[in-house]
Amino acid sequence: MATNEAYSAPEAGGKVKISVDPLTRIEGHLKIEVTVENGKVVDAVSSGTMFRGFEQILIGRDPRDASQITQRICGVCPTAHATASTRALDDAFGVKDKITTNGRLARNLIFGSNYLQSHILHFYHLAALDYVKGPETAFFIPRYAKPDLRLPEDINKVAVDQYVKALTIRAQCHELVCMFGGKMPHVAGIVVGGATEVPTKEKLALYLAKFKDVEEFITKEYIPTVYLVGTVYKDLFSCGAGWKNCVSYGVFPMDDKNSKFLLKPGAYVDGKDVPLDTAEIKEYVKYSWYDPSCSNLHPSKGKTVIDLKKKGAYSFVKAPRYMGKPCEGGPLARMWVANPDLSPIGVKELKDKYGIKAKKFRDLGDLAWSIMGRHVARAEETYIVMNAVKDWLKEIKPGKETIVPAPVPASGEGMGLTEAPRGALLHYVNIKDSKIANYQAVPATIWNCSPRDDMDQMGPVEKCLIGVPVPDIKNPVNVGRLVRAFDP
Amino acid sequence: MSLKRRDFVKLCSGTVAGFGISQMFHPGLVKALEAATEPGRPPVVWMQGNGCTGCSVSILNSVNPSIADVVLKVISLESQETLSAAEGAVAVDHMLDIAERFKGKFYYISEGALPTAEDGRFCTIGVDSKGKEYTVLEMAKILGANAAACVAVGACATGGGIPGSKGNVTGCVPLHKYLESQGIKTPVINITGCPPHPDWMIGTLVHVLTKGIPELDAQNRPKMFFGKNIHDNCPFLPYFEKNIRQKNFNDKKTEACRADMGCKGPLTGADCFSRKWNNGTNWCVENAICIGCAEIDWPDAFSPLYSPVA
Repeated sequence: MATNEAYSAPEAGGKVKISVDPLTRIEGHLKIEVTVENGKVVDAVSSGTMFRGFEQILIGRDPRDASQITQRICGVCPTAHATASTRALDDAFGVKDKITTNGRLARNLIFGSNYLQSHILHFYHLAALDYVKGPETAFFIPRYAKPDLRLPEDINKVAVDQYVKALTIRAQCHELVCMFGGKMPHVAGIVVGGATEVPTKEKLALYLAKFKDVEEFITKEYIPTVYLVGTVYKDLFSCGAGWKNCVSYGVFPMDDKNSKFLLKPGAYVDGKDVPLDTAEIKEYVKYSWYDPSCSNLHPSKGKTVIDLKKKGAYSFVKAPRYMGKPCEGGPLARMWVANPDLSPIGVKELKDKYGIKAKKFRDLGDLAWSIMGRHVARAEETYIVMNAVKDWLKEIKPGKETIVPAPVPASGEGMGLTEAPRGALLHYVNIKDSKIANYQAVPATIWNCSPRDDMDQMGPVEKCLIGVPVPDIKNPVNVGRLVRAFDP
Repeated sequence: MSLKRRDFVKLCSGTVAGFGISQMFHPGLVKALEAATEPGRPPVVWMQGNGCTGCSVSILNSVNPSIADVVLKVISLESQETLSAAEGAVAVDHMLDIAERFKGKFYYISEGALPTAEDGRFCTIGVDSKGKEYTVLEMAKILGANAAACVAVGACATGGGIPGSKGNVTGCVPLHKYLESQGIKTPVINITGCPPHPDWMIGTLVHVLTKGIPELDAQNRPKMFFGKNIHDNCPFLPYFEKNIRQKNFNDKKTEACRADMGCKGPLTGADCFSRKWNNGTNWCVENAICIGCAEIDWPDAFSPLYSPVA
């Protein structure tokens, strides 16, 4: 039994500042500070507290190494970085229009199965302990003294059983990634020009056979459980709206021309749909530990110069903005932009358990822009990617070429856009004398967990925290719940 | 909930092929086996510095034993940032509490590199209930000094990895180098790999808990997992000897040696050739090439990754 001791005494006017550091059950190192007044968050600060410097480390290296090295930006979504990096290299090497159909499909199969792994891992092993009471043993304890865990005992037991089963299911998803990826985490099989391994009839049959358990778990356990947990925590559908802006670069190319994606590119800014224009992406560093010369730059002009002494700075995360606005990324963004049909499971659950008649994602309206709404978006997206994987398995041709020759150019420039499970991901490469002269990565969580920008606008998570109820400052459970809904 | 020793060993039979090699006992380890939060479940604190969480994700892929069995029946995983229910000061206080209460009796598993530049400012890991902020260096010092033994997992923690490679401004170093610099003599086992295979991590833990520190090579890696050279044991070795080579990834001739494509098998010691990856599904050489990620000086000594070994 433990509490989060608020170490700052209440200020005049009854405001209390509390810190959640580390914010656990995420990838990486994050510190969240909120100011609470009258039981609600009135100010928030999101701080990335770790820096490695991939952009500096890549300079001078063989460009082909980028897709291996940048995978190590993240061990949960290395396939996303492999995808963004090879798309940038495809562009710079002059082969992006030459990727074979089979190469595209092999990449989709490798990347797609890791989407399923990532989303299952997120709900059960990262988020669930905010809603489910684990066994009375490490690491499920210690927990907050008053953790606000509301599931009835019988449902809680089912949830715990699913948590344990999900460990196996997500490992099985990694077996699927490994089939054409070589190993996972950090695949060998996605390279510039395509994918290294040509599928065989036998391997495709094995992939499909192994897939059955995953499909069963997603449809019979994961998706229904998200909706069920939502009914018990209904209040979490009405907080965490934030700016209500989002951006998606599009993911899983469905044709060889990169003109059609499973989840389409686009942005939604100030209540309006806008087509994606990558020229509108800029990074700001006023509140980040970088030299001011790094601010207000398109990633193709991006710079990474550290300044730890900078006044006012509080994060290693830069602040990317689209059309000058903070935009969130992730399943909510992709589903909102694409507005696909909801799963049959979802349609039924919403009708039976929520009394909501919904057919398409946007029918959820304001409910989507919330803590729980982001979990629903992720579950619904999992259903779409799951079905797409089955289609790609049928479409890919055994024995057909998966790669095109891609010699290292003396010079070149390329941008690779994709969507990591947690949001918009961009890699930029500039090659001179056959070596990397500049490399910039703008990962998903940079968008979501960004600090304020040069215009003093809060980042998405900071804005979304405003108004979130924190009735008990010693047990500020909703802070973690809000942040984890983004899967940082 | 805990297991009898022979059931425990049986449970791990798939993992520890190669068990029964000579071992060294460290006095603190016997104590660790005796002292536990529950009988038979030694306390473990896992902390990540400048890493990517890949090692944590990889260990979740353990099949035999399942990771569920490991954390519920074998060890008491007191703190693990990716999985722990605790957050904030609750989490930090708990790490400090375990280090103090089980001084000399717990295991510290270290993931990620340690940034020594700028007094450790490139990674802070949390704030305790007294309001003190800890850099990863400060916490690594406390955990390292108080643990019975340390297990460094992954390229970053064993050799510096990518964060410690050429061009970095963070001064990232592996755990053993940092502890040496602080005069801390707690033994450190290095489990290399980017990431390590789950069997390498769990197999080493099992060996440590039941038989003590396994036989280690010059980089303090368990010989049972890293003692054999990939090239010498590669299924494509006969093709190498006949000079049948795959020229590039387009070359349809896949029943061939991958040396010309940059395969680093000749420089790498790891049992991927027999264990394979992800429950025996595939491995890097079959699928593409070996990039040498299990060697302690990866990646710089192996770069460019796709250029042939001289």
